[in-house]
Amino acid sequence: MGGKKIVCRCNDVTVEEVEALIDSGVTDIEEIKRLLRIGMGPCQGRTCIPIVLSILARKTGKRQEEIPLPKARVPTRPVRVEVIVGGADE
Amino acid sequence: MSKIAIIGGGIIGVVTAYELAKLGEEVILFEKNYFGSGSTFRCATGIRAQFTDEANIRLMKHSVERWEKLEEELESDIVFRQTGYLFLAASEEEVEAFKANIKLQNKFGVPTRLIDMDEAKEIVPILNTEPFLAGAWNPKDGKANPFKTLFAYLFKAKELGVDAREHTEVIGFEREGDTITAVKFRNNGKVESVKVDAVLNAANAWAPLINEMAGLKWDLVPITAYKHQLVKTEPLEPGQAEPLVCPPSWNDAYIIQDGEDGGIICGAGIEHKAKSLDDYEPTYDFLRGVLDYAVRIAPPLRYAHVVRQWAGFYAKTPDSNPAIGRLLDNFYIAAGFSGHGFMMAPAVGEAMAELISKGRSKVPLDWEWYDPYRFERGELRTSAFQIG
Repeated sequence: MGGKKIVCRCNDVTVEEVEALIDSGVTDIEEIKRLLRIGMGPCQGRTCIPIVLSILARKTGKRQEEIPLPKARVPTRPVRVEVIVGGADE
Repeated sequence: MSKIAIIGGGIIGVVTAYELAKLGEEVILFEKNYFGSGSTFRCATGIRAQFTDEANIRLMKHSVERWEKLEEELESDIVFRQTGYLFLAASEEEVEAFKANIKLQNKFGVPTRLIDMDEAKEIVPILNTEPFLAGAWNPKDGKANPFKTLFAYLFKAKELGVDAREHTEVIGFEREGDTITAVKFRNNGKVESVKVDAVLNAANAWAPLINEMAGLKWDLVPITAYKHQLVKTEPLEPGQAEPLVCPPSWNDAYIIQDGEDGGIICGAGIEHKAKSLDDYEPTYDFLRGVLDYAVRIAPPLRYAHVVRQWAGFYAKTPDSNPAIGRLLDNFYIAAGFSGHGFMMAPAVGEAMAELISKGRSKVPLDWEWYDPYRFERGELRTSAFQIG
């Protein structure tokens, strides 16, 4: 594993990648989300968003409560397509 | 050197800012939310030259040629992939219409061809070939990552000196005769103003509000925000549905595999007029409807999981063609892209920057076709084929 610190397990994003993006001037969490795909995997950000918030707070000097959460998307958990479209009706 | 203000930090505004900076102009770019927050970051990623009229075909042929060189020019991986577009005909009449479109596209150098369902199945292994008679296939159409593309342009624009401001809302203009002389804007409650030589309205769904601020009628360029929703599945093995696959007669339903993570993006023409310009709420009828089409196009999708659904706006004009051109002496518009802004941006940004800076452009953009005053004259163009 060699010291690689993972922030997002769905999309394999590291602490270093988040920090580098913030250092390049991208500090809006909606933008960080889309560029690194944090919060866009099947877990919908349950693991990564709180970690990214804390990194963002530390790097920008803001309080975590001041940083808006990125918009969550439905469904909150993955749903099999056939559950939505119904049984084999072809 | 002129000072040019661009309103709208979506792909059209950002590309034009970059192209103007390349021409040596001083640019200030305003985005009231975060960059890409309007339509760009909600798009389905598709890029195609398969249109049904000369103006859009020629513009998109040029745009695709620009896309092909962007990774090198912007020194960034924007995940541009020429995985093609496959339109599917479900009736003999459609096959004939496809043939006519293909002839027109071929005339302008777009290599679309008619293919049979055996070949279609080779291209899209999970395709249900049974309902279809033939396909219109252009292997040079494709897709790219909208997030990475917008930021690749933005980073280069900033390197060239563009003053890009997000969370900064334009609230008014100073106008003398037919000339805009200054832009008023607000950031963190603080109101400021900047003197300008020219202004571009690139606010897409919000463009009528900006026109109104410039003293023009709200409906001079009649743009209506329609919710266009998308649904995405979990990542699948690459190669399952790489091209955009669309039977137009099935309510413009389509599927396309995300070039980066492999999830299948599903769209359809099930549209709702937005209740307001903040109305991004996804709807269940769309989820159900789009997946019905998706599993008929590709039955194995039945066993995939949906991981997300979101909505964006088709900033739609009455003929689904954008308004591109000059509205006042030094006030320009490039808006109302009706779902085609991302794919057209490399060409439109280049053309718009040249028009503003030099008064003319070498880009094959038919200014008369996209004339923003055509609606006021009651002239509509042939409706641009939507989707993607």
